[in-house]
Amino acid sequence: MHIMEGYLPAIWCIVWFAVSIPVVAYGVYKLNKLVKEERGILPVLAVAGAFIFVLSSLKMPSVTGSCSHPTGTGIGAIIFGPAITAVLSTIVLIYQALFLAHGGLTTLGANVFSMGIVGPIVSYLIYKAGMKGKLNFYLVVFLAATIGDWATYIVTSTELALAFPAGGILSFGGFFSSFSKFVAIFAITQVPLAIVEGAVSALLFKYIIQAKSDLLVEMKVIGEPLVRKLRGLPA
Amino acid sequence: MSRKLELIVLAILLIFVAQFIYVSSTTNAEYGGADDKPADVIEQITGGTYTPIAHPIWEPPSGEIESLLFALQAAIGASIIGYFLGYYRAKNNYEKKLGFKTGSKTEKQSL
Repeated sequence: MHIMEGYLPAIWCIVWFAVSIPVVAYGVYKLNKLVKEERGILPVLAVAGAFIFVLSSLKMPSVTGSCSHPTGTGIGAIIFGPAITAVLSTIVLIYQALFLAHGGLTTLGANVFSMGIVGPIVSYLIYKAGMKGKLNFYLVVFLAATIGDWATYIVTSTELALAFPAGGILSFGGFFSSFSKFVAIFAITQVPLAIVEGAVSALLFKYIIQAKSDLLVEMKVIGEPLVRKLRGLPA
Repeated sequence: MSRKLELIVLAILLIFVAQFIYVSSTTNAEYGGADDKPADVIEQITGGTYTPIAHPIWEPPSGEIESLLFALQAAIGASIIGYFLGYYRAKNNYEKKLGFKTGSKTEKQSL
């Protein structure tokens, strides 16, 4: 999902920075507030950030014969919401742009928007909907992480198609023709990877609940009765 | 404790590995990075008229260095996750055994 350095025209670089900067700024504000109110969240925040670090470094082989990587943003989105996850993703994306020539500084805004903002928003909404629908908890985490990952790659394809519509700028059909080409690269490759990401996210969530469920209850991520049920404790 | 979720995740991982073994042994797939592929599509769409507006400030000098930095990224993340999960697992264990919450008044008095 990393759009390579230089591969977006300047105008689109500016557009995506303009969209992403306010969200990341709001995330920094929210993060500061949260840490001040409750220092106990730092370890969980570190785990959510570290998960993004690990997963986005793993380039995995897919059925299409090419490699891509998961995003790992699902857990952060579920626990801390999309804005704070945008901050965590930005840190990872800057590391990769500076030291790995992966993604880039000019395309940072666009990459933050896909991986750090839209993906987590989708994960967050699916989690909330799934919890309301009273589905199996780990299934909800799985769906949130998996579909959030897909959303990220669909946004990347959209960003590229907007910048490079076939047949010139402002060609509506051209957008779709380009979009289908970029989606063909990303989305199909990403299908199996997103499923693996969802499964691993659900597993890590189980361990986070075992380790520090009191905090998740306090942050209203999950209700106390459900925690007791998931940990196999008497109600 | 139920290990059902672990088994499901393991099964998904095994299917994923099987997929890789199957595809890699039946095709000549190159397993290049999907992130690099849009460059070709962009060239095709624009008829080769697009030139990147910027280049990376620094690129890893070789594939080895690149994999070193990726491994480092994963290692940093994995150590943090392992540290905290282990820390709280032990903490919860000892609290259960000793019968009080660490960090509570009783503990501070005993120090």
